[in-house]
Amino acid sequence: MRDVAVIGVGLTQFGELWEKSFRELIAEAGAKAILDSGISGKEVDAMYVGSMSSGRFIGQEHIGALVADASGFSFAHVPSTRVEGACASGGLAVRQGYLAVASGMHDVVVVGGIEKMNDVGGTSATETLATAADQEWEAFFGATFPGIYAMIATRHMHDYGTTREQMAQVAVKNHMNGVLNPYAQYRKEISLDAVLNATMVAYPLGLLDCSPVSDGAASIVLCAAEKAKKYTNKAVKIIAAGQASDTLALHARENICTLQATVHAAKMAYKQANLTPKDIDLAEVHDCFTIAEICAIEDLGFVKKGEGGKAIDNRITTRDGSLPVNTSGGLKAKGHPVGATGVAQVIEIALQLRGDAEKRQVPDARIGLAHNVGGSGATCTVHILEAM
Amino acid sequence: MGEAVARFWREIPQRYNFMGNKCGSCERIFFPPREACPFCRRKSMGKMQEVQLTGKGEVVTYTIIHVGPEEFEEQVPYPIAIIKLEEGPQITGQIVDCSIDDIHIGLKVESTFRRIQAEGYTGAIYYGYKFKKCE
Ligand SMILES: [Zn+2]
Repeated sequence: MRDVAVIGVGLTQFGELWEKSFRELIAEAGAKAILDSGISGKEVDAMYVGSMSSGRFIGQEHIGALVADASGFSFAHVPSTRVEGACASGGLAVRQGYLAVASGMHDVVVVGGIEKMNDVGGTSATETLATAADQEWEAFFGATFPGIYAMIATRHMHDYGTTREQMAQVAVKNHMNGVLNPYAQYRKEISLDAVLNATMVAYPLGLLDCSPVSDGAASIVLCAAEKAKKYTNKAVKIIAAGQASDTLALHARENICTLQATVHAAKMAYKQANLTPKDIDLAEVHDCFTIAEICAIEDLGFVKKGEGGKAIDNRITTRDGSLPVNTSGGLKAKGHPVGATGVAQVIEIALQLRGDAEKRQVPDARIGLAHNVGGSGATCTVHILEAM
Repeated sequence: MGEAVARFWREIPQRYNFMGNKCGSCERIFFPPREACPFCRRKSMGKMQEVQLTGKGEVVTYTIIHVGPEEFEEQVPYPIAIIKLEEGPQITGQIVDCSIDDIHIGLKVESTFRRIQAEGYTGAIYYGYKFKKCE
């Protein structure tokens, strides 16, 4: 295995993008990443694209070929593969791209992630997201996707004394970060009261505890680290790529509040990088719901199990805290076009390590972690990046 | 979800009978039944035995669904819980015949056979288990 570098990044605006098509979005993100990397299109050896449910969202499958075509690579006959792992599709695509370069099979790989969720109505988007849960044994009985995370929250409140206020503070913090991210869907602050008094979706989670329905695409260019200098002086290294699975249904897990896929993907990543959670300077974690960020910082080992809520009270995870979490605004404020999310998280970390995060820049960031979850935790990827 | 008639039809016996199975190697009980024990894998092959479950258990966690899928719209707000059955397996189900304020972690419940979803466009009506407070 050889070292792999991220040499270019590209994002579209995240939000309700009525005027832009799926093809335009992915082509825009890919073109930005390639331009940023300094490679020429001819040098692309392979492509990997994460998309959760293009079939249900836009009525189109065969996304690998479509993306190669829309990005102008069809006549170069570049191999292009779509990867799916629900909301972790983007993280899986990054890891497949990483493996392709690390193995020596390919030198330059373009990774993309995309979802166009607003072409269907809100109800239909919610039901499509629910297909990440166990359709036969959860959704059939009336459990919604927010409902499943709400059950994690209820148990977390019971076992550890976590409060609705602490969960709401996660949303408040991530919106404060989103204000500073020009690509974010929501660039406005929200108050604690607004989160606590929002329409109830699935007790104890209100509307503002949930990430939005979003359109958007993200892309990165990967290359062998030893060749990165040839193209750019802004490269960052991927020093670990962990992945793990768990039961599809939440109920089948021994401990409802621990996402074992996160624990195991993190363990794999820390081992590969020869690091501990203390070595991480900042993290992008999968806050599809506010409770998910609380569980994530526990399961990634940043705080003890049960102390995720307290970490919010103690301002550990704010931009000026000891471990800034979701400086991009997270899924909550930046938006959550599900297939794009895992790639966009790696982009935020890369920008921070390059010193290109503008007003949200964390001083002296050297090592960052990106954590992407599919469903209620049946799939997880953890990538660790280091400044070069 | 209406389009998936065949799949739901296939699952109906377990939803009706509460029939699980037991690994002959480690004695763990599964519901829904599994082809093989995920802990013993090869050692469990040919040793999975059917087991009748009582449908009794207790609430591990719960939520109150305020925004439901189309097929459940008429039922909101409704409680959904994870139930730990006496025999060990945990499952997801709705709690009925009970004030929302009475629901708490540790509540003892038993299964009851009910209509689950409103009639979809396919005309199929789906039945299965829900849970009510133990008498
Ligand atoms: Zn066994």
